[in-house]
Amino acid sequence: MIRVEHVSKSFNNEQVLHDISVSFDEGKTNLIIGQSGSGKTVLVKCIIGLHEVDEGSIYFHNRNLVTMTVKERQLLRREMGKLFQGGALFDSLTVEDNIKFPLDMFSTLTTGEKKNRVDFCLDRVHLPKAHKLFPAELSGGMQKRAAIARAIVQNPKYLLCDEPNSGLDPITAIVIDNLISDITHEFNMTTIINTHDMNSVMEIGEKVMFIYEGLKDWEGTKDDILDSTDKNLNEFVFASNLAKKIKEKM
Amino acid sequence: MGRVISRPEKNKIYYKQVINEIETLGINSIGIVIIISIFMGAVITLQTRYNLENPLIPLYLIGLTARDTMLLEFSSTIVGLILAGKVGSNIASEIGHMRITEQIDALEIMGVNSASYLVLPKVIAAVIFNPILTLISMFVGVFGGWLASVATGALSSMDYIYGIQYWFVPFYITYSLVKTVVFAIIITTVPAYFGYYVKGGALEVGRASTKGVVTSSILILLFNVILTQLLLA
Repeated sequence: MIRVEHVSKSFNNEQVLHDISVSFDEGKTNLIIGQSGSGKTVLVKCIIGLHEVDEGSIYFHNRNLVTMTVKERQLLRREMGKLFQGGALFDSLTVEDNIKFPLDMFSTLTTGEKKNRVDFCLDRVHLPKAHKLFPAELSGGMQKRAAIARAIVQNPKYLLCDEPNSGLDPITAIVIDNLISDITHEFNMTTIINTHDMNSVMEIGEKVMFIYEGLKDWEGTKDDILDSTDKNLNEFVFASNLAKKIKEKM
Repeated sequence: MGRVISRPEKNKIYYKQVINEIETLGINSIGIVIIISIFMGAVITLQTRYNLENPLIPLYLIGLTARDTMLLEFSSTIVGLILAGKVGSNIASEIGHMRITEQIDALEIMGVNSASYLVLPKVIAAVIFNPILTLISMFVGVFGGWLASVATGALSSMDYIYGIQYWFVPFYITYSLVKTVVFAIIITTVPAYFGYYVKGGALEVGRASTKGVVTSSILILLFNVILTQLLLA
């Protein structure tokens, strides 16, 4: 479980996050939604510790990230997997070496054990024959799947995904969503997904937090969204003509 | 800088990285160092010969001039400046690209000290291999001078060989290698700094690369003066 308490963050006197408090449950896909520029990515970067918070605390199973030393943070981060928007695979390494990298760096596994683990992760993301390919040789969806494999290779307790569907077609996006959701349940991870894709929300949003202009505006499940009377949330969810027509017919 | 020189997470991985960087930054630079040094050695020899009109000055001094120019200045400073352009832009753009595509963030999230992992192997590789490049440049440059002398008939092979052996000061090689080590640190760390802290997109990576090369070149010239004063005065 990850607990965010009264977190505020500003850049150059511009307040980006205002007193955010929320908890992200273990074994669930927790979604942070909101418009572009609402503060979603900043919140995720604060949770990881890539941005320092101005005020507040962030607990990973009662361990406060904010008060940790650099070394303690490095150790905590080994319990995290992160899926970046663009995949962030290392260009100079093959898919196999990308996935093996955290194991080479931190594990004491033998070469054979590492290979088995890489094979397992690649099979799990349905990329069984991509070992020797370089990231530039993969499609967008394949890059995301390879990045997911790298994120889960160390059996993380926490999985953080930054707009995992950006740049993907709707069918591939759903494949990625379901993959993240399945992995979350299978390994009982605390997964946080930062997105503005409503298809993702309706597909896998077990717990959803809506941020509006840096404030937590709404919290609930994907089923609660359709019944919500929150004005800002409704404007966001039913922004497209298609969504408006669907709502009218409901 | 403190993060760069901190203890590696896994020595084996860093060792592999150092070997890779020796190939990328060092071995791949041998060609350009040889080409430039051979031509510069030739030109120094020919220019000295054609400007030396006083019949009282013995011709073997042309060999001495070519040797000392290569040893004292060209093989360390000018090769340093050339490497600042070739290697420096490579380092700044590589690390800058990794920054804007979030690869550095990915390293940090994995718990890797990204500054150390990306920069330290380059510094070690350059400190180990650049002195070798300097020595290659010295030999090739002096050889280039001999080749030009013989090919053009500007002076005899015997005069040139006598000149390069005449009044040889071994400390000049030490002085040149000390400068090379300092320049190697500048060539790797300064562009790495500009690449590591780049913000924005491809345009900013290009700017960081240019800033890295210009700043490291200026620092090389500045440290050249300081080290000359400290070591030769």
